Amino acid sequence: MAKHRTIDARGSFCPGPLMELIAAMKMAEVGEEIEILSTDKGSANDIPEWIHKVKHEHLGTEEKDGVWHVLVKKTH
Amino acid sequence: MSHRISIMIVSGAIERLQMAAMVASVGAVSGNEVTVFLSMNALPAFKKGAASDAPAEGPVGTLLADKKVPAFKKLFEQAVELGDAKIHACSMAMDILGYVQEDIEPYLGEPMGLTKFLDDSAAAQVWSF
Repeated sequence: MAKHRTIDARGSFCPGPLMELIAAMKMAEVGEEIEILSTDKGSANDIPEWIHKVKHEHLGTEEKDGVWHVLVKKTH
Repeated sequence: MSHRISIMIVSGAIERLQMAAMVASVGAVSGNEVTVFLSMNALPAFKKGAASDAPAEGPVGTLLADKKVPAFKKLFEQAVELGDAKIHACSMAMDILGYVQEDIEPYLGEPMGLTKFLDDSAAAQVWSF
């Protein structure tokens, strides 16, 4: 089971959630899964773009009660 | 693919500082080589102890203060820390304002002249605010 951590960026506007994710990714180990919570729809769309650009793995995005959950795996 | 991104900021208005900070931070953490050049009315916002809420130009600037947007100075700092961006004060603006390096935010590099900035920007995307 991969290590999993959750970053709560609810209430923060773009690019706050992305920057919080990146700060967490720097600290994480390769193979670790990070879930970022955001209430900012723009960030929910933009974070996967970043994940693809820097070649980590986007494991999925889902919305629950107005909160987007973006799951990413650190691959390098 | 990484690119060079050069950002020149001359305005002290919150909308422009915020947008420039977003371009710098997101650009830098996406693997681009980012250089920021601060001149004219933008530089006083980077004096140590300067307020983080610069004056608004219009209605969105006023709204920014009420919403939970990341502070522009925090974003510039993250651009440097997380994305290795380089931020330089314009040496002419430093002279005009009478600032020395100790007067400005610690994450700013050495002041830069226009000749060097233009040379560094020759093959870069250039954004101005």
